[in-house]
Amino acid sequence: MLLLIEQCLNGLQFGLLLFLLAAGLTLVFGIMDLVNLAHGSFYMLGAFLAATFAAWTGSFFLGVVLGLLATLAVGMVVDLVALRRLYGRNHLDHVLGTFGLILFFNELVRLIWGPAGLNLTLPAWLNTSVELLGGIRYPTYRLGIIVVALAVALFLYVLVMRTRIGMLIRAGASNREMVGALGINIKLLYTLVFGLGAALAGLAGVMQTPILTAQIGMGENILILAFVVIIIGGIGSVRGAFIASIFVGLVDTIGRAFLPDLFKLVLSSAAASTAGPALSSMLIYFLMAVVLVLRPEGLFPVAGK
Amino acid sequence: MNAVLTVRGLVIIALVVALALVPLYVVLAGNYFPLTLFTRIVILAMAATSLNFILGYGGMVSFGHAAYLGIGGYAVGIVAFEGVYSGYLQWPLALAASALSALVIGALCLRTRGVYFIMVTLAFAQMVYYIAVGLDRYGADDGMTIYRRSEFGGIVDLSNKIVFYYVCLALLLGSIYLTWRLVNSRFGMVVCGARSNDRRMRAIGFPTTRYRLTAFVIAGSMCGLAGALLANHTEFMSPAVMHWTRSGDLIVMVVLGGMGSLFGPLIGAVTLLVLEEVLSDVTEYWQIIVGPLFLLVVLFARGGIDGLLAGANRD
Amino acid sequence: MKKLMLTAGAILALTAGPAMAQKSVKIGFIGTFSGPTAVIGNDMRNSFELALDHLGRKMGGLPVEVIYEDDQQKPEIGKQKSEKLIQSDKVDFVTGYLWSNVLLASIKPVVDSKTFLISANAGPHQIAGELCSPYFFSTSWQNDQTPQAMGLYMNQKGVKTLYLLGPNYAAGKDMMSGVAATFKGKVIGQELTKWPDQLDFSAELSKVKAAKPDAVFVFYPGAAGVQFLNQYAQAGLKGVIPLYTAFTIDSLSLPRQKDLALGVPGAQQWVNDLPFPASKKFVADFRAKHKTTPSFYGSQAYDAANLINSAVVAVKGDLTKKDAMRVEMKKANYASVRGPYKYGNNHFPIQNFYLQDVVKDAAGELTLKTVATIIKDSQDQYHGKCAMK
Repeated sequence: MLLLIEQCLNGLQFGLLLFLLAAGLTLVFGIMDLVNLAHGSFYMLGAFLAATFAAWTGSFFLGVVLGLLATLAVGMVVDLVALRRLYGRNHLDHVLGTFGLILFFNELVRLIWGPAGLNLTLPAWLNTSVELLGGIRYPTYRLGIIVVALAVALFLYVLVMRTRIGMLIRAGASNREMVGALGINIKLLYTLVFGLGAALAGLAGVMQTPILTAQIGMGENILILAFVVIIIGGIGSVRGAFIASIFVGLVDTIGRAFLPDLFKLVLSSAAASTAGPALSSMLIYFLMAVVLVLRPEGLFPVAGK
Repeated sequence: MNAVLTVRGLVIIALVVALALVPLYVVLAGNYFPLTLFTRIVILAMAATSLNFILGYGGMVSFGHAAYLGIGGYAVGIVAFEGVYSGYLQWPLALAASALSALVIGALCLRTRGVYFIMVTLAFAQMVYYIAVGLDRYGADDGMTIYRRSEFGGIVDLSNKIVFYYVCLALLLGSIYLTWRLVNSRFGMVVCGARSNDRRMRAIGFPTTRYRLTAFVIAGSMCGLAGALLANHTEFMSPAVMHWTRSGDLIVMVVLGGMGSLFGPLIGAVTLLVLEEVLSDVTEYWQIIVGPLFLLVVLFARGGIDGLLAGANRD
Repeated sequence: MKKLMLTAGAILALTAGPAMAQKSVKIGFIGTFSGPTAVIGNDMRNSFELALDHLGRKMGGLPVEVIYEDDQQKPEIGKQKSEKLIQSDKVDFVTGYLWSNVLLASIKPVVDSKTFLISANAGPHQIAGELCSPYFFSTSWQNDQTPQAMGLYMNQKGVKTLYLLGPNYAAGKDMMSGVAATFKGKVIGQELTKWPDQLDFSAELSKVKAAKPDAVFVFYPGAAGVQFLNQYAQAGLKGVIPLYTAFTIDSLSLPRQKDLALGVPGAQQWVNDLPFPASKKFVADFRAKHKTTPSFYGSQAYDAANLINSAVVAVKGDLTKKDAMRVEMKKANYASVRGPYKYGNNHFPIQNFYLQDVVKDAAGELTLKTVATIIKDSQDQYHGKCAMK
């Protein structure tokens, strides 16, 4: 039972991390109608930049803040230089163009930082575990991720639902032309939203770095999961992304933890330990296929699309 | 197809002739590697051609087309692993397995539209990928070596690399011809029509979903056959064949060469893979060149290379 | 088209003339030079180059030419590059091979072409057993050997219950079966994680915590080893459940694992403080040239160059004498940095394994230290399945 609770915490933490990545992706997707495969590159850049700044300044938090600002800037530059020209094109052009950007950023990072990757060392007080109710010892830092991600979710909720920018974002998601016709500087809005999405992805990358270290290509596998999340949640819906990411995180982690044991009941031990992890990785795709077959527009479709 | 003597026509003829002459060059130069490389290119061009049929003509952006490459390949690999080498069993099985999976996957995926279709095809491809990862008996993640190529009772000897290359080339040209026949048939007209206006096609009485599903299955089995060739070529099968980036590569080939153009996927495959080979010899950081190149093609060469060749006034 | 085929075939038959006179020794080197594990590939390349420098860049009087190819840690790329080396560059030897799955995919075209393949790292059990080949030699180990040594050490330490963690690929599975072969206690759990994608071990570590084993054995090579030790500490397991490792802590990962690796034992056939003259020279010159300590991966690449050299010298540069070269290599007649060793019937080394520990040296730097010899003249458990005598 304790193990189950702990695994749920692991799943929640992973899901919230996915949410940070998916939130930016779904905003960009919903508002600019842009399929951005290069979103994972900002996740990677955030990690590398924060690790570099932390090493320069000697401070974990200063490094994180500077890294996020730098990622925000890179995101806006990428939008201005390249992606702005892709708006209004078909999705295939997006896939090809941003696929090219992935290759470019991976090699760029390798040129600048070398192939080895970087570490981001936590302050000592974060690098331990704490005792929770019921006698579970849980890593402090992973709890920190949960708290930060929830705070970001709240911030996004307020931003989207309670501010003027949020109103424009929502309006843009359901009817792009109309917002432009109302005399809003739509290009500026796009660049801002794109930068915000990049910074959120960067934040996800930064928070993973103390656990996973910064590596080239780290964004690609998690990007696919983020796409799964926004498709399940419904494109353009931040609320949908939030619920779907927690769902995906829980299913993935709990599946990984318990499926192999279930398999051992019916299969030989060797076959089970191979098939278990493979099939639990399959679980979320199965989930997504079921959701789409039953509800072809995701769980929370944005009205007017 | 009627005005052959245009720049585009000449380039295509030159390309096909050059492909036919690769073995001659290889024999004269005494270097077999170009043959290995071009066999791979021809096989992947066939896979891209099958994708082009549904993507370019039918408007169905499948982001999981590599799954059929894997299904066809694994059909050959698994049968060979169990000790049966007859191509008369292996190849029809590869076709049947990929057609059947395309039927199931297509029936479910075609309920969705647009970007949801892209992602749900990806989801199914990922599932097939992870099934292959879970096949402990057949090497799981590490893949399996195939010790003998498919045997056709002495009629063709696939272990002869030159013969095998010509078999692949003939099948590629065959699938391009088939695509041409299909696109210009009544069936093809409906599929293309459903791309531009599905509602109208249904209004005039065509059950478009059934037509699109048929097209999806044809493309899947064509790709499955390419997979059977790939398994014979590499003599090795691993889940990596079905990785999502491979599906991305196939899309890149189609878009780079020219969507909805008969020879576009071939041009795209040759360009991409030769570029990869040449650039990776020049610099370790070759992707920093290829990446922005994709972006430039998207921005400035709509219609891909074939579109450039045909000039701006195509369509 | 059929006619063309016949013509081509005829030309093929005509041009198959006698081999040209040997002007140089061509060696192909397959390693990982891109992605996170390029650190290991580069260390092997640097060591191989250092060995060639020590040989005066000549073998048996012939100049040496090396072609390095990147396998991107993917089996099918490794296979394609191996074919290129053989068909296009027409190399005399292929060496390198960091990953077991890459080696398994590549070995067929290499040995089919009767080219010698010297594995400088990977040692999957299939190649030690039923797939063994007269054209294959290893300067490393069979995958199971190292964890077998660790299993013996854990018996000495009185470990009764054990949890196994490793990646789900060829070597990962070999490691698990290696430990199980010698460990006398009970294995109460085993997790194979997706490789190389999965780097978050939270679910697995939670299960370890719940299972409360006496000890944990892990195999996570390269950067994954850094990530694992990080997460082991963050989960509050460091110092609570003792950790035993194979190929997880080496001189490449140590600078990034830092204090987390302190006191974590591992088993290895070569450690950078071994007293043999060849080893001392290798480590000293490597440090002088690259300012870092070479890893055991590097030591194996260094040995591979010297093994090849011994064969070329024995036939005085006549590389068509393959049988004579094989007889010479089988003797392992060169100054290996791990000390003298023998080859078994399957061309895998019969060698000692040492216990290594992480300690602070006089200057306060973390370093690897040989503590004891765990087992002498260990031979892999698959050589009986190899048909070669």
